[in-house]
Amino acid sequence: MDSFGRSQAILLLGSRSDIGLAIVDLMVENGAREVVLAGRDHDQPSNVGVGREGDHRYFDAVDTASHAKFFDDVFSDHPGIDTVVVAFGVLHDEDEVGESPQLGVEMAQVNYVGAVSALLHATTHLRERGGGQLIVLTSVAGITPRSSNVSYGSSKAGLDFLARGLARRYQKDNVRVLVVRPGFVHSSMTAGREPRPFAVSPEIVADSVVAALGRQANLVWVPGILKWVMGVLRMLPAGVVDRLER
Amino acid sequence: MTGRQSDRMAAQTESGSDAREQPVSRRTPGLQSLSGWGNWPITGSEVVAPTSARELLDIVPLPTGQIARGLGRSYGDAAQLAGGTVIDMTGLRGIQLDTEKGIATAKAGTSLGQILDFAVPHGWFLPVSPGTSHVTVGGAIAADVHGKNHHRDGSFGQHVESFELITSDHRAVSARPGTEAFTATVGGMGLTGMISRAAFRLIPIETEAMTVDTRRDPDFLAVMQSLFDSDARHRYSVAWLDLSRHGRGRGVVMGADHASVNDVPRRRSGHTPLERTVSIPARCPRLVNELTVAAFNQMWYSRAPRRKRTSVESINSFFYPLDKISNWNRLYGRKGFLQYQFVVPYGEENTLVGVAEDLVATSTPISLAVLKRMGESDGGLISFPIPGWTLALDMPLGDPDLAAVLDGCDAKVARAGGRVYLAKDSRLRHEMVDQMYPNLSRWKEARERLDPDRRLRSNLSNRLGLTN
Repeated sequence: MDSFGRSQAILLLGSRSDIGLAIVDLMVENGAREVVLAGRDHDQPSNVGVGREGDHRYFDAVDTASHAKFFDDVFSDHPGIDTVVVAFGVLHDEDEVGESPQLGVEMAQVNYVGAVSALLHATTHLRERGGGQLIVLTSVAGITPRSSNVSYGSSKAGLDFLARGLARRYQKDNVRVLVVRPGFVHSSMTAGREPRPFAVSPEIVADSVVAALGRQANLVWVPGILKWVMGVLRMLPAGVVDRLER
Repeated sequence: MTGRQSDRMAAQTESGSDAREQPVSRRTPGLQSLSGWGNWPITGSEVVAPTSARELLDIVPLPTGQIARGLGRSYGDAAQLAGGTVIDMTGLRGIQLDTEKGIATAKAGTSLGQILDFAVPHGWFLPVSPGTSHVTVGGAIAADVHGKNHHRDGSFGQHVESFELITSDHRAVSARPGTEAFTATVGGMGLTGMISRAAFRLIPIETEAMTVDTRRDPDFLAVMQSLFDSDARHRYSVAWLDLSRHGRGRGVVMGADHASVNDVPRRRSGHTPLERTVSIPARCPRLVNELTVAAFNQMWYSRAPRRKRTSVESINSFFYPLDKISNWNRLYGRKGFLQYQFVVPYGEENTLVGVAEDLVATSTPISLAVLKRMGESDGGLISFPIPGWTLALDMPLGDPDLAAVLDGCDAKVARAGGRVYLAKDSRLRHEMVDQMYPNLSRWKEARERLDPDRRLRSNLSNRLGLTN
């Protein structure tokens, strides 16, 4: 890592995440020489990350029992890893969740429980090696409950809270955490959905992340205006917010 | 006082806090947070602090990677190793002075300031003084530091007679000029081994005073011309530049020489050890910004005489003006700062001015800008100095756009046959270093022989791929 937070060796958790891949691509453009791409379908052609250069690893966020070995292996094979991107996640339509609650549970298991495990393991390894940076993708959905994505939002809210807390707890160990709160991002995860206001591309998110690391920030909204939009939404009565949603 | 004493006298000091109880090296449990002088980035390392060459030899080879650290004045990440071991060399202190020949033999952790306090009263001075006296002898060799007299006297390594190098595989190598261990270690950023002691030549002085010619010039080109003239007349010369947005590169040029007994009205008795008048507290908020830089520059420029004026100054005020303020690096606040220092060959003045213009145009203020002309390079394989113009720019960190601007500057510098100073660096891209240092592959081969197990590493070497 250099003085602008540009990575030399980066681990992406969620090799199918368009945002995660855009961040990795930009880091490589900025000089990263070692890339580890980890995901559940690490060998499937359907995984866009598979076409990328790097060390492809199997990683299942839900199988938290396997995480200790996964991180031990990755960090011993790539001792130079200075940046970990936590980008995996699932999104189900809230109407479908209403029909089958198991979908809501799955989001909690992947987006929150899996991420808790990944974050804690990654933090431990970075602390042992004298520091590093964690880039954690949460969501504006986790800031204010909105009727259209409460279950998804609740899983991201928990992750957001943990990431900000870890940033404080391990600052002394030189582990820096950047919480990224994107709004609507055009990606495979949101394909087929109605775009929301202030929608951005994964590349815009990556640019914002790299700039935030250079500023030594620990929180970034993408696009930046969402910070103010969400601030206003939080002050409005819930009924008004829900009417705006429709 | 004149350094002409006939009786050969070997004085020895074991000054400082050497009265440590523990016979073994201090080893701090857990990782200690370390950074360069720029205060960013910070990484954790285990720290071992031997108090003698014997102890140093006893602790190698270490199971982890390791790098020696002196007083932490490298601006970038040269003296830290994330997750590895940093060997704090400041416990190895002591000076022996041959007052007849003017040769100092010092343990590697001795600071140049300590050497001055000891040698100046005997009529001897350092052959090369960097901008601070708080650097160790080992660090001065590892970075092959230069001073305001580079155009005449070269870099520190050119005055070294010999040193002892403790290698990572438990050898004590005696290095003399011309040997591989010497040329790879001088300027080798600590990546060939750990210097335990060194002998180097001093220069005789008649007084502890400096005669200093000062004048100011209204723009960059005029400053360059004055500096050129000053180099021909003075042993020491340097230009301070105003590179704030409206400064147009105006500057103050100083040329200086050691005063002879005839120059100073009353012969000064002895050397006054450095007095620190101000200390900046930890967690100081960032006080360096566009406004304060502009105000400081205005004051500094106005104070300097329009026409050349000669004054008499002390060694400390001429060579080490910033040493009066302890921890001045904290003025940049928590986010720290960087120094971009590069050199371009003579004839590449357009590149020099172009790079300065690129950086003036960013939104980051240039808080300090120092211009020097360098003479012949006769240092190590990857020593920084080459004949040409060198510009050093201090800039606060925190503006992400600066990264790409600096990358662009690197490309211009490399195209011009110039290079960036590794002792200052915290952001150079690895592919640039091969272009900038043509002897890098020869250095890597030599390094490989001195450190066959590849134990010596630093954040700098990892980032730039120097050790793999």
